[in-house]
Amino acid sequence: MLISQIIVHVVLLLVMPPLLLGVIGKTKALFGGRVGPPLFQAFFDLIKLFQKGSVISSTTTWVFRAGPVVGLATAILAGLFIPFGGHASPVSFSGDLILFAYLFALGRFFTASAALDTGSAFEGMGAAREVTFSCLAEPALFFGFLVLAKLSGSLSLTAMLDGPMPNSWGAAGASLVLVAASLFIVLLVENSRIPFDDPNTHLELTMIHEVMVLDHSGPALGMILYGAAMKLFVMCALLLRIVAPFDSGNIWVDWGIFAVGMLALAMVIGVVESIMARFKLTFVPTFLVAACLLSAFGIILLLR
Amino acid sequence: MTQLLVITAIVLHAISGVPGLLFKRSADAGQKLSVALSTFGTVVGITGSIASLWFSTPKTSIIAIDGLSVIFLLPIFLISTLGSIYGLSYWKQADHPDNGQKLRLFYGLVTAALAAVTIAANAIVFLVAWEIMALSAYFLITTEDKDTAVRESGWVYLIATHLATLCLFGLFALLHSATGSFQLSPLTAGAVAPGVFTAMFLLALIGFGLKAGLMPLHMWLPGAHAMAPSHVSALMSGVLIKIGIYGFLRLCSLLPEPPLWWGGVILAVGVTSGVLGVVFALGQHDLKRLLAYHSIENIGIITIGIGLAMVGRTLERTDFVLLGMAGALLHVWNHGLFKSLLFLSAGAVIHATHTREIDQLGGLAKSMPRTALYFAVGAAAICGLPPLNGFVSEFLIYLGLFHSLNSGSGMTWTAAAFAIPALAMIGALAVTCFVKAFGAVFLGVARSEHARHAHEAKSMMTGPMLALVGFCLAIGLTPLLVAPVLEHGIRAWEPAAFDSGQKLTMLAPLGWLTIAGAALIVLITLGSFVLARRLRRCGVNPGVTWDCGYAAPASTMQYTSSSFAQMIVALFSWVLRPRVETPAEQPVFANAAHFHSHVSDIVLDGVLRPSFRFGAKITSSFRFLQAGNIHAYLFYIVLFLICLLLWR
Repeated sequence: MLISQIIVHVVLLLVMPPLLLGVIGKTKALFGGRVGPPLFQAFFDLIKLFQKGSVISSTTTWVFRAGPVVGLATAILAGLFIPFGGHASPVSFSGDLILFAYLFALGRFFTASAALDTGSAFEGMGAAREVTFSCLAEPALFFGFLVLAKLSGSLSLTAMLDGPMPNSWGAAGASLVLVAASLFIVLLVENSRIPFDDPNTHLELTMIHEVMVLDHSGPALGMILYGAAMKLFVMCALLLRIVAPFDSGNIWVDWGIFAVGMLALAMVIGVVESIMARFKLTFVPTFLVAACLLSAFGIILLLR
Repeated sequence: MTQLLVITAIVLHAISGVPGLLFKRSADAGQKLSVALSTFGTVVGITGSIASLWFSTPKTSIIAIDGLSVIFLLPIFLISTLGSIYGLSYWKQADHPDNGQKLRLFYGLVTAALAAVTIAANAIVFLVAWEIMALSAYFLITTEDKDTAVRESGWVYLIATHLATLCLFGLFALLHSATGSFQLSPLTAGAVAPGVFTAMFLLALIGFGLKAGLMPLHMWLPGAHAMAPSHVSALMSGVLIKIGIYGFLRLCSLLPEPPLWWGGVILAVGVTSGVLGVVFALGQHDLKRLLAYHSIENIGIITIGIGLAMVGRTLERTDFVLLGMAGALLHVWNHGLFKSLLFLSAGAVIHATHTREIDQLGGLAKSMPRTALYFAVGAAAICGLPPLNGFVSEFLIYLGLFHSLNSGSGMTWTAAAFAIPALAMIGALAVTCFVKAFGAVFLGVARSEHARHAHEAKSMMTGPMLALVGFCLAIGLTPLLVAPVLEHGIRAWEPAAFDSGQKLTMLAPLGWLTIAGAALIVLITLGSFVLARRLRRCGVNPGVTWDCGYAAPASTMQYTSSSFAQMIVALFSWVLRPRVETPAEQPVFANAAHFHSHVSDIVLDGVLRPSFRFGAKITSSFRFLQAGNIHAYLFYIVLFLICLLLWR
């Protein structure tokens, strides 16, 4: 793989995630008939947060500071395994999809522990919900990986998503539709989007991810926002390659297709957020079980 | 020569508790002597076992050391000695004059017997060593035998272990009938009817499964692990239950041409044990019971690997055998390391706070920073998170299961297709459970006076924990180093595994795990550095936790461990059957109210106890026959003799 391609990959990974948040915000504003914050608002927020002082509860220990750091580090590393568009990822080996999933688990372990470190009831609730829902999201993700691995006959994310994807649609389109639907649910849950979680609600009691980070402020909060945006970006890239496996033949045009596709996917998320209301918290597990079952049906379809 | 070293080590361990008996009950000298003997024995034993990998020794009719034995010998010696060093401070002879000597006598014996089981080449030797091990473990569990609950747990263990021994008697009797000798040597396919092999397989699954604590056979495990002193729990959970895995592996390697359904059964049992083990762990309030249920989960993960390897043997797929067995064997090590680490740190917590109730603890990371750090490492490792050792073994098992996708047989890949998400679910549930345990015990604010006055453990206790942390990191970061040892183990189990020329390092990109682990550590270090710098630049104000506007957050406002697990317990209430006592509706001026929830064991408390009680009720109606009257007994004998005479 060319060194220039690696550089483009890393630069996109580091720079583009906050833009997705901006696109989602703009889409929602459009639906609400508002002007909305500028596209680059998330960048401004990050820059501001990294220059702010912080208040840290005297209850906390090193775990509180480890949460944001590990969350961000795992998201960056996971981003290196995912192919962007039709391009191979900088790092790929047989079984990297397992590491990919477990890196997010490591991030979750530390963000949830950091939440419990404050000794706050609300953050405890958020942490409990986050880890509980992931118990159902994780099998759904692996069911999806199973379908992709079976279709491509390989065990690395690049080989699974890169070459054979366009042909797979012809061979097993129905399975892929089911997997895409399942992964879309997982993406919305894991990234705390409406209809499963609402980061903008005024009621901490009903939040999942956002309530875990109530006590973080300043640079630590910046790291959390950045890490969350990156997680959204990485999971969108996974889904995008499944739903839109277009290759033009020219690598630079492909990068353009990828970037446009990501922005389009962010708009789709924005549309979903605009036209749907939030589900009751108790419905979230139901939807995750549905996501597992969708992918399971995808596997059964392959049994023929 | 190498055999001699291992036998010397076994003898040293066996007698390590004896000198202590000669000293005064209040003197510490005996304990120091026994730790010295145990350490010396371990050094000799580990040297001998590693050497035996390269210098092949002739098998005798009594003893044989092969790769599989070595895989199990190393953790037995290592963890036993680390535990006895820990005991110097945790179970100081001067503090426990009543039972310290007894504890060390049986601690040495159980270690020696465990090692002897793994090198036995003969069913009789195997059984003798097995019984010594089983009985010594009973005396270890009942160390504090003045406590009724301890005696009861010991009693349950004693029944379970004898049930296991009964199965092994049947198993070895069948072995003798098949081969005409008690040697543990491979059987030939046509020697006896296939039904005999199936019977042997099932007896082994039940007998060894009871010892290993596979899910429906785990009834003795939670109580025994919770009641024993913590370094004994570490030894039991870390290595003693693995001897069940060893026995099962050894026997499976002897049986020829396993049918496909054996592998399927093992996989199914492994998945059940894995998922239910961790779900039950989530419902626990007792720190050590929680860890005990996680042993059941990890035995399940090991069993999934074994099941895959058995399927591989049937289908002659060397990649299944290599990856499944490598994952299972490495997980035997890994679980030994991180579980004893967790039990030792739990012991440090109990030593400092005198309670095992998770909801009584909290905030210990401040008063016990080193123990908290070690527990966090152990927790991340047991959840299978990179870059620690648990990830490597789970990675190998995942990889093997994914490999079965490209097998021609539709049956196998469908089985794998459901084992993979199950493994993913086990991983996510384990994260939930250990966030709960770590968070409730070490983070937040102390929930009781006990926790408020905790103190850091002495270096005799933190030293062994640090050593275990080192091993967890070393295997996690450089898995390539252990691959040759694992290959020796696999070769001993299935010599044909290497026929196709495949090697473990070719199938599993272990080198990449090193690179990824190093990259992760670099990124985290870099991130911590950036954060620390920004915090220094921009200033930090200490404050109280922003609990949505409360001016003075109290410790009772924290989320407790039971509230943390409540959603999952509700999701799995169909198997957990939690008992919840909610407070009655209150008048306007509310009185003090109590909430209580409890998850009892489904097998022991749900099935066995009621059925035994029912059996006792039925049989007690015949009690009038035994009135203690000698005349009546003589009358029964006469009646019985007359019946016999009439019958013939």
